Amino acid sequence: MEPWTVVSATAAPLRSDNVDTDQIIPARYLTAVTQEGMGDGCFAAWRYLPNGSLNPEFVLNQDCYQGSAILVGGTNFGSGSSREHAVWALMQFGFKVVIAHTFADIFYNNALKNSLLPIPLDREIIEIVWSVIEEDPETKLLVDLETQVVILPDGQQHSFEIEAFRKRCLLQGLDDMGYLLAQEEAISNFELSHS
Amino acid sequence: MGKTLFEKIWANHVVADEPGAPTILYIDAHLIHEVTSPQAFAEIRNRKLAVRCPERTFATMDHAIPTREIPLWPEDAAMQVNTLRQNCKDFGVTLWDIEGDVQGIVHVVAPEMGVTQPGMTIVCGDSHTSTHGAFGSLAFGIGTSEVGHVLASQCLMQSKPKSFAINVEGELGLGVTAKDIILAIIAANGASGGTGHVFEYRGETIQKLSMANRMTICNMSIEGGARAGLIAPDETTYEYLRGRPFAPSGNDWDRAMAAWQELATDDDAEFDRSFGLDVTDLAPMVTYGTNPGMGGPVTGTVPRLEDMESPQQRQDLAQALDYMGLTPGQPMEGQQVDIVFIGSCTNSRLEDLQAAAKIVKGQKVADHVEALVVPGSKAIKAAAEAEGLDRVFTEAGFEWRGSGCSMCLAMNDDKAGAGKYVASTSNRNFQGRQGPGSRSLLMSPLMAAAAAVSGQIVDVRAMLR
Ligand code: SF4
Repeated sequence: MEPWTVVSATAAPLRSDNVDTDQIIPARYLTAVTQEGMGDGCFAAWRYLPNGSLNPEFVLNQDCYQGSAILVGGTNFGSGSSREHAVWALMQFGFKVVIAHTFADIFYNNALKNSLLPIPLDREIIEIVWSVIEEDPETKLLVDLETQVVILPDGQQHSFEIEAFRKRCLLQGLDDMGYLLAQEEAISNFELSHS
Repeated sequence: MGKTLFEKIWANHVVADEPGAPTILYIDAHLIHEVTSPQAFAEIRNRKLAVRCPERTFATMDHAIPTREIPLWPEDAAMQVNTLRQNCKDFGVTLWDIEGDVQGIVHVVAPEMGVTQPGMTIVCGDSHTSTHGAFGSLAFGIGTSEVGHVLASQCLMQSKPKSFAINVEGELGLGVTAKDIILAIIAANGASGGTGHVFEYRGETIQKLSMANRMTICNMSIEGGARAGLIAPDETTYEYLRGRPFAPSGNDWDRAMAAWQELATDDDAEFDRSFGLDVTDLAPMVTYGTNPGMGGPVTGTVPRLEDMESPQQRQDLAQALDYMGLTPGQPMEGQQVDIVFIGSCTNSRLEDLQAAAKIVKGQKVADHVEALVVPGSKAIKAAAEAEGLDRVFTEAGFEWRGSGCSMCLAMNDDKAGAGKYVASTSNRNFQGRQGPGSRSLLMSPLMAAAAAVSGQIVDVRAMLR
């Protein structure tokens, strides 16, 4: 994995709670045996009209939010299915960070495993961020993982929580697999004492 | 202070607990299917690794497969299934193939085969792995990266969730089922009420439930946002397990039983949170919205925007009702349905089909309704056929299908059309879950059967009196 650095980018507001992984990537896009090609299906039911053309009403189709690398959602973002395809889809669509009030557990874990940074913030702060990026879609948010803050252009700083271990993995670009394989001895010992 | 059941199982599986790092948790059984495993196997191949414990890994095919006889499979489903076959062959993993006698929805087949046992840790690249908690195991869904981790190391790195007691008391009325209990729990606590927690369902009402019913409840723990849901094992659990292919036998059985007796929450244990439900007056439940928390009694009405507490809830309800084409304040009863789906890992077991068949027997599916029954596994299908349930359903006008996920997630060709109302025994009413534009109304098998013959939502209790 690429080590995570600072992200400074525009952000798109997704004013909905309980955005589930079936919305992020509908089941009919899960037919691949690789990770590729998920970006097309990202928010498919909201992005496309039934005739296949882009839905101009949907926020991610609006010109001003093209190229946003930060998505700002509400409560219980990523609920539902465990499909990691949802994370792959968001990343292939161009997102590096998802800020939300709360996240569903499995989505949160899946995001970290792929270096898509999930940032939980208080509801009031989410409301503020939504207003700011709606008023001026050019607004760039600065996300600094090292110091665990999201900085708005007016200087507002909002700190966020992340487990120290997870943070270190992201900053150093480490994944769990290497860590787990290095535990071979402990795993074998466990198996011996539990069989 | 005593320990909860969840804490005991957790403690029994800690391989390492270094400060500043997540716990390394040993996984006893790993279930896989065709949709969320291919990328994980690819990762294993890339890194030139082996599957560490093929004997603890069990695969079946359920999500993408067709459930009707079709001469030619869609290319992508065939590709996923063949990839799974190849992976299982190359890495020595047991596969319950659609070509064999044992196959079905992963969360239906594993318990049937006796793989699911009390005290185990069980994972699967599927959020409804919580189903297996019905046996007093700690079972949860994982993403594809983690599927790879378990394949390679038989372990996961996990932060310990908190505990959440769900106490259920009271006698269920006629026509009110386990599905109604869990829908009521989720309606009360919301779709994210359990985030970061493991539910333990407790109380007399739970203890009286059969294994099939317990599985229905644990299955939908994830719809309440919980990481997992479990129920302490008891005689009902042991009775179900005895003699199943992968269950211990002989001396091993006695040894296992001795260990299983320890699997209960201590009297002086404390839960981080708790919730109580008295089911004495519980009515059959139906959802009206686009997340599983948006449900209420069939005797009730669709909520009004002004009943909502926050502006965001008002907006979410407005969006949901707009999508669902329902009017605030309209009675749930009398809402027309177009399709009836009886199936899914929530409600496709023999008991579910028997219950639905009782309502359907001698009746006809309403003219405008398309109805299908999709048994959870080949074994259930065969058992139902031996009882003549298939004829009860087909004579009434239902389609009788092969086993799989089918219209629960609409990956195969079982899709509800845009705008169609689906009375469904599955677990998710998300927008488009059962086909682009489809509108799901979640309910019990009894209620779905009643909707099929009535053509609309009705209170099934009136048909049972
Ligand atoms: S039946 Fe539905 S919920 Fe269950 S495993 Fe299949 S797709 Fe998932």
